Amino acid sequence: MCFRQLRSCVRLFLSGMALASVAGQAFATPEQDRAAFIALYRQKFPALPLKAYVDGALTLSSDAKAQFDSIMDFPPFQGDIDKGRKLWETHFKNGKTFGECFADGGRNVAGNFPYYDSDVDKIITFEMAINRCLRDNGEVEFKFGDKATMGSVTAYARTLSDGMLVNVRVESAGAAAKYERGKKMYFTRMGQYNFACASCHLDNAGKILRTEILSPAVGQTTHWPVFRAGDNLNTLHMRYRRCMEQMRASPFPAGSEEFNNLEYFHSYLSNGLPMRASVYRK
Amino acid sequence: MRALALGGAYAAAFAAGCLRPVYLFAAEWNKAAFDAKALADTMKNIGAGSATDSDQIQLKAPEIAENGAIVPVEITSRIPDTQTIYIVADKNPQPLVAIFEIQPGLEPFISTRIKMGESSKVRVLVKAAGKFYVTSQEVKVTIGGCGG
Amino acid sequence: MADAMKIRAQLQGDLADVKVLMFHPMETGLRKDAVSGEIIPLHFIQRVVATHNGKTVMNAQWSRAVSKNPFINFRIRGAKTGDKVAISWEDNNGETASIETTLN
Repeated sequence: MCFRQLRSCVRLFLSGMALASVAGQAFATPEQDRAAFIALYRQKFPALPLKAYVDGALTLSSDAKAQFDSIMDFPPFQGDIDKGRKLWETHFKNGKTFGECFADGGRNVAGNFPYYDSDVDKIITFEMAINRCLRDNGEVEFKFGDKATMGSVTAYARTLSDGMLVNVRVESAGAAAKYERGKKMYFTRMGQYNFACASCHLDNAGKILRTEILSPAVGQTTHWPVFRAGDNLNTLHMRYRRCMEQMRASPFPAGSEEFNNLEYFHSYLSNGLPMRASVYRK
Repeated sequence: MRALALGGAYAAAFAAGCLRPVYLFAAEWNKAAFDAKALADTMKNIGAGSATDSDQIQLKAPEIAENGAIVPVEITSRIPDTQTIYIVADKNPQPLVAIFEIQPGLEPFISTRIKMGESSKVRVLVKAAGKFYVTSQEVKVTIGGCGG
Repeated sequence: MADAMKIRAQLQGDLADVKVLMFHPMETGLRKDAVSGEIIPLHFIQRVVATHNGKTVMNAQWSRAVSKNPFINFRIRGAKTGDKVAISWEDNNGETASIETTLN
């Protein structure tokens, strides 16, 4: 195992400290955090343009990127996206459809999620908005971890925002509090392997661990759900769960407040980057 | 343009005169070649006793497959009178992956996606004017620690 | 009924670049059902035919090692607007499917 060295522990702590102590504040603003992350990555990948970060580890291997481009030219999971479209377009019992719950029929909305709802003092994800739509129309809500319902409908619905720039906002004390919760989780070591998200994706982004190139945090939330191996649908929260399991930690449930807050912080880091849903991953 | 999964509906639709009949599958499926487990037997069963190495077969395949279940492979043959293109993955349980017969009018070009069980040479054979030619490339298949 | 295939054809001069995506599990017969533990039976496309205005341009024989939801890209020379390109497959269970497109 690679990271038992004291040096990397100290480095992780220092990177956390650097982000916390910018401008002498106890907590940096989200914009300062995002800038600090990008500055660190620019040191590692000086030639990489910001918009390339949406391809994650793929952008760090031309061999991998070529396979992705080839597969995405005509994705094998197109049928699954079409099934999601059917679900999205099927009328509820009251005659309405999902599109009517969102601005512009659901086009170019996903980049505004997650957002902070002060009425309920909670972070609202796109998936929660899908469920609110079902609830408001007298339908049964989807389980966040279910590929056949939530996975499927978002595999199509999120593509309606393809090209939209991420636009997560933190504009109140309540929102900042949730942001800080998410950020704290990002830097908290967990599991038997005692890794934080930052251990791999901030400090060691670009390095190879167990034959995998570690992807940087910036750009990570722009491209969900993914179809692993071309046919295995994974939403972002399913991926968070899998990451936690790989740290030998008990994972939070998909749709949990912990993951919603994490997604809020994590998505903020990708502000300004274009989204693209339902893509191939290995 | 509608794609129809035929079967039971086929006869009825054909009788109704609304379908072009599908009886164009001329080639026999080469069971012996596809079932062969040893590379030598595969070669023998496709009739490629000896194949000449050729740099006129362009094979584009990854160096390291992202996932062995879906490995994009693109082949262009510049050998005149190319009749057939064969894709073989040496270390697959059955090495023969696919056979493409190039009839007049078709460019000697094929792009598809194949499964590989493990790191292996991907071998492309071309039958042209009755003779066999071959090129190959090593494709690594790994099972990563985390992935995605 | 859901589409069994999707086809995209682009005419560049007299060359038709044809891409086809087939929806088929291409089961190898080696996988076990996660719930029952039973082997999922071998089920894969064995033969593929492509025609140009009814004339066969390609015959293919496939093994189970062609990827799930198979993709194929081929190119037809001597093509022009209005020509018909069709592709059909037959699997080891004797099921078949076809799709046709008109070049424009």
